[in-house]
Amino acid sequence: MEQFFQQVTNGLAVGSIYALIALGYTMVYGVLRLINFAHGDLFTYGAYLGMTLLTSFLLHDHLGLALALVVLAVMVMGLVAVIGVILERAAYRPLRESPRLSAVVSALGASIFLQNALMLVYGARYQVYPDVLPQTTVSFLGQQMPVMRLAVVLVSVTIMAALYLFVQKTKVGTAIRAAAIDQGAARLMGIDVNKVVTIVFVIGPALGGGAGLLVGLYYGQISFTMGWIYGMKAFTAAILGGIGNIPGAMVGGLLLGVVEALGAAYLSIAWKDAFAFLVLILILIVRPSGLLGERVAEKV
Amino acid sequence: MAARTTTRLAVGYALAAAFIVAAPRFLDAYWLDVLNSVGLYVLLALSLNLILGDAGLFNMGHAAFYAVGAYTAAILNTRYQIPILWTLPASAVVAAVFAALVARPVVHLRGDYLLVVTIGLGEIVRIALVNDVFGLTGGANGIFGISRPMVFGYKIRRPHEFLYLIWAFVAVTVLLFHRLEQSRFGRALNYLREDPVAAEGSGVNTARYRLLAFALGAAWAGMTGTLYAAKMTIISPESFGFWESVVLFLMVILGGSGSIPGVIVGAVLVVVLPEVFRGFASARMLVFGLVMMVMMVVRPQGLLPFRLLRFKESDVRRAGASS
Repeated sequence: MEQFFQQVTNGLAVGSIYALIALGYTMVYGVLRLINFAHGDLFTYGAYLGMTLLTSFLLHDHLGLALALVVLAVMVMGLVAVIGVILERAAYRPLRESPRLSAVVSALGASIFLQNALMLVYGARYQVYPDVLPQTTVSFLGQQMPVMRLAVVLVSVTIMAALYLFVQKTKVGTAIRAAAIDQGAARLMGIDVNKVVTIVFVIGPALGGGAGLLVGLYYGQISFTMGWIYGMKAFTAAILGGIGNIPGAMVGGLLLGVVEALGAAYLSIAWKDAFAFLVLILILIVRPSGLLGERVAEKV
Repeated sequence: MAARTTTRLAVGYALAAAFIVAAPRFLDAYWLDVLNSVGLYVLLALSLNLILGDAGLFNMGHAAFYAVGAYTAAILNTRYQIPILWTLPASAVVAAVFAALVARPVVHLRGDYLLVVTIGLGEIVRIALVNDVFGLTGGANGIFGISRPMVFGYKIRRPHEFLYLIWAFVAVTVLLFHRLEQSRFGRALNYLREDPVAAEGSGVNTARYRLLAFALGAAWAGMTGTLYAAKMTIISPESFGFWESVVLFLMVILGGSGSIPGVIVGAVLVVVLPEVFRGFASARMLVFGLVMMVMMVVRPQGLLPFRLLRFKESDVRRAGASS
């Protein structure tokens, strides 16, 4: 029971990080029908920027821990959003009318470029986050767990809820949904689709960058290649929930996190990374539309 | 026009063959070894081209088939002492059956979904190899002590000997794949790449042809795996990772998807250029990524693109004469 509880909560924490990244994939896919392979690297940029800002400004000494983290999060998310917008302008916009494969290759190229740029700046070795957070535990449902784990889940869920409300209730959110359903019709209704794409490339990377910061703070260790595996798992989460579907990405992320944690604990730790891919393949065979999504498979 | 292209192609192949035959006279062992890996990559890229270029199926897990072939050869050789070149058919069959089994449930998926599924398959195979699946694959260390190939009683061990072995295989492959391109099978694949619905409507069994493309491409990758195992004498899972699949994918796309000379040029450039720019070791990947982005804007069809077959006057006349 003890172990089960720890694994589930741990899975929820990891899963909420997957969900945050998955939102970026799912929003971009929803509007552009493009798998943004560089999204995982934007997540890594968030982690590295967070580390640099944390160590160079020592915000927590000046502002107090809570305020420092908020300022840090805003800075990281803002900077990663800027990178995201540049990425879209440079690598994806020129290919908007091209065949899908061209955009996929360009996205891969962008991913390789971003990853190696990071390696040239920081070197190929692991980087360690400064120890700023208290290592306390809290009691939850009669069990002890690290306060950070709870914080990661709460922060992610709050952000996701805010995003959901934004997309459902505001005018801009309506424009995003309209562009996702039918770009041509959206344009006829007076929606500036290019602006919608830019907004999507602000929100997605900002969330991905924020997830990177959370991973840095939570695990303390980051590497320049970590974006790939996180990205693949987040993408799995997005498909699991139904790609293009925002609540789906959240559900998919949390579910995948828990499945992975339980699989690693009770089946085999060595196969941990394979579970996500297995889930991905199974869901695409059995229910390619995802748990909450549209239908995607072609007829044979 | 078409006749001129064919002549130019023949001249190109003749020059390439002359270069390979003469290479041991003026290249040192290091560059001969680079040529050997060029040969292996040409084989892999051509085999992926069947799936990705001819049939238009986005396969980014091709390294998995390569791995299955290499491991089949290594296991048969080290456990059952079967001479390494005799395992070629076994590698081909095992890789093809494996490909057909895993591709069967997913070939109908839309382009980029298939891409992601094949990435997942590639990773699962790699993780399975690392975890020493069935106790056969030797885990993260892989398999070592694979014996050298024997050809007519002559043991092949030095780079220039491998050069001839590998490039002879390349020559046979290029010849066969050119014939395949012109065949009913090749044209059916092109048809279903261009328009699956119309192909289906004209009686092309799309699911079956897609599976056949996967199986044939995997069989060739599997045999290349055998050659790789024979050349290295040691194989380990890290040689068959995601990055390997990406590189193969790029060779096909950047060279000219669906075009045999294009894919060969792509493979040569992707292997040789990083060797030439060894001095800029860390920045070259950065440039590589940049080139991918720029190429897709400037020349998305690749360096030597595929041209659709067209009927010529002479074909029509010949058809009229024979009927």
